[in-house]
Amino acid sequence: MTGISHDASASVPPAEIEDMALYHPRSWWTKYVFSQDAKVIAVQYAVTALSIGMVALVLSWLIRLQLGFPGLIEFIDVDRYYQIITMHGMIMVVYLLTALFLGGFGNYLIPLMVGARDMVFPYANMLSFWLYFVAVMLLVISFFVPGGPTGAGWTLYPPQAILSNTPGQQWGIMLMLVSLIIFIIGFTLGGLNYTVTVLQARARGMTLMRLPLTIWGIFVATVMALLAFPALFVAAVMMLFDKYLGTSFFMPTLVEMGEQLRYGGGSPILFQHLFWFFGHPEVYIVALPAFGIVSDLISTHARRNIFGYRMMVWAIVGIGVLSFVVWAHHMYVSGMNPYFGFFFATTTLIIAVPTAIKVYNWVLTLWRGDIHLNVPMLFALGFIVTFVNGGLSGLFLGNVVVDVPLSDTMFVVAHFHMVMGVAPILVIFGAIYHWYPKVTGRMLGDLLGKFHFWVTFVGAYLIFFPMHYLGLMGLPRRYFDTADIMIMPASAHTLNAFISIMAFIVGFAQITFVFNLVWSLRHGKPAGPNPWRATTLEWQTPQTPPAHGNWGDELPLVYRWAYDYSVPGAKQDFIPQNEPGTLTRGGTA
Amino acid sequence: MTKPAVPSSQGGAASGWRGIVADWSSDQRSFKTASWGKVMMWVFLLSDTFIFGCFLLSYMTARLSTTAPWPNASEVFSLEIAGQHMPLLLIAIMTFVLITSSGTMAMAVNFGYRRQRRKTALLLLLTAGLGVMFVGMQAFEWSKLIAEGVRPWENPFGAPQFGAIFFMVTGFHGTHVSIGVIFLLVIARKVWRGDFDTGRPGFFTTRRGRYESVEIMGLYWHFVDLVWVFIFAFFYLW
Repeated sequence: MTGISHDASASVPPAEIEDMALYHPRSWWTKYVFSQDAKVIAVQYAVTALSIGMVALVLSWLIRLQLGFPGLIEFIDVDRYYQIITMHGMIMVVYLLTALFLGGFGNYLIPLMVGARDMVFPYANMLSFWLYFVAVMLLVISFFVPGGPTGAGWTLYPPQAILSNTPGQQWGIMLMLVSLIIFIIGFTLGGLNYTVTVLQARARGMTLMRLPLTIWGIFVATVMALLAFPALFVAAVMMLFDKYLGTSFFMPTLVEMGEQLRYGGGSPILFQHLFWFFGHPEVYIVALPAFGIVSDLISTHARRNIFGYRMMVWAIVGIGVLSFVVWAHHMYVSGMNPYFGFFFATTTLIIAVPTAIKVYNWVLTLWRGDIHLNVPMLFALGFIVTFVNGGLSGLFLGNVVVDVPLSDTMFVVAHFHMVMGVAPILVIFGAIYHWYPKVTGRMLGDLLGKFHFWVTFVGAYLIFFPMHYLGLMGLPRRYFDTADIMIMPASAHTLNAFISIMAFIVGFAQITFVFNLVWSLRHGKPAGPNPWRATTLEWQTPQTPPAHGNWGDELPLVYRWAYDYSVPGAKQDFIPQNEPGTLTRGGTA
Repeated sequence: MTKPAVPSSQGGAASGWRGIVADWSSDQRSFKTASWGKVMMWVFLLSDTFIFGCFLLSYMTARLSTTAPWPNASEVFSLEIAGQHMPLLLIAIMTFVLITSSGTMAMAVNFGYRRQRRKTALLLLLTAGLGVMFVGMQAFEWSKLIAEGVRPWENPFGAPQFGAIFFMVTGFHGTHVSIGVIFLLVIARKVWRGDFDTGRPGFFTTRRGRYESVEIMGLYWHFVDLVWVFIFAFFYLW
């Protein structure tokens, strides 16, 4: 450990790219509404996504009302029930999680963390948000059109999705498909931005192997989304044609209400392949940013460098690649060739390896760390536990023989809610508590935050853990009314009611979070530039919140990796990435 | 691990795989010679490849799984000219036109980098003209098939998926060509007016354009052309 002083700028290569020409807004409209500043766009994305997420939360209450107390509310009839579960699933997966992680956190963090002034194509970035906004609005409109939103289930499987007895036939299914297509076009515009910014607009000294893991997660997820969404796009276009042009891509010969339909010769399995070629990468599109963010939260709040940074990066990349060859594990009961099941079960279980590497490395990062149990850290720890739980039930479902009896039971519901519902949402909360001070300049209330965490975390377990048990007993999912199922003992119904009550409590607890967000905007404790004493570049901006252009006159120079915490001999327990010097715990690249 | 190494960023120092590794492990840029716009276009084309890939795979699935016989392409796509039966004549001309337009596009890129404003603009216009010609012939092909009774839901020659997929995939490709034509005209106008020489800011983006825009446009145009080769092979020759 020698602190040889040397000319700092000598260790950073010369500038290769000229400074970015910024778009300067001239009016209120171009500054706050049609803004081309990634930070404003990020907040727009986040607020829109959280708002539509609240709608999906209310929908989940309605589902639980029906399941826990069948017939209590007259409003929820069979058709409405299916519309509710459909919209709940689609909103949560695509319009909340994908949009918030990539559009929200991606927009805010990528330019700041890689040391750029903005995204490379600010105009396309602005279009991206407004297309997303239109897509969300179409979904909202579909609640108010004749017939209501589609009730085909979030997977929209044909032929059922476009048959005349499925709710939402008049307008709902069209609005859903068109909304998805617009979402994909909007996402592509944003995704090109995120990809090119990470690849081509990093600060001097910022090598790929010095990127914070947050950026790695968002970057790989974006590339995956750019390759996975096309399948959904094609499926949506073809289904629109089946519905409105009378083609038979997905529609076999069918008899409905004693009448033979004009369809014939199509393959419903083709839709499932297209859908899950998008759908499974989608799971990791949501999970990888969460992985990245949680790595940074844990490292920062345990004051310890991330364990095995390189392995963490390669695990993210490996998961990204593998997730494209596992999709048919969603289709074990679809009637595929059985050999497919063998192949896809193998690839599915292989994904457990890089995922396990990540979990071990998080735990080893915590090992003997100086753990600060503040709100972001609590959420990060909550994520690890929840994710391990969800991952373990994934091992059950990945095996064909175990999956067949468990398919379409509450076990599946429990599994994916743990692994891609609760786990990423916990990261989103943790990340908001972590970066809110940078976005607004004020801290979120600590006590309310802790209350929010404990109710959400414990409550989520009380909701989803019993579902495993219900699923093992054979309680099917997506059923409107389970009261008449002979195999279910009375205790199962008691359990269902218990789950519902927990769901109401957890849902209501989110009000404290919303209140905290709004209240702290004015009354929160002033945060200062770097309240968590973190190393990454976004905490080193000259202003907090960062001004347009992020860095003032001088772009940052990067001398080290993002994880120089508790370096022996250093004058404080963290060394920012833009601080020169030879003391480090690694991060050579 | 005490010394933070200086990232090696002098691109082009090493060649081959070592060069790629050196570029990717350097700072600032992973592709040392490519501008933002060019990287964006390549990533977009990669994404678009997946769209066309999904379309073509769906076509193959439908063709393999349908029970009705698939129409014979060389009979369906044939013209009667002066009593002569000419299979695939129109398609041959269309393909020739589109591939020629790729040639004129490449020449436009070349003259763009030589900063020969007029020639670049004229070649871009010629490319756009060939593109319009292609779309026009496609419209003729479509109307001929429609007149013969081919519909998205049925056709007189065999499997109903034939018409459905034909209209969908060639329509989607034709849309790509049409969008390309619009952008060709926009860029031709900019070149003609000298925007790339004077550094006039763009109307929407307020960014200054460069002659590189012509090359980026070319990437897109060649891609659309390449996709046509696959559509041609899978639709008309299979």
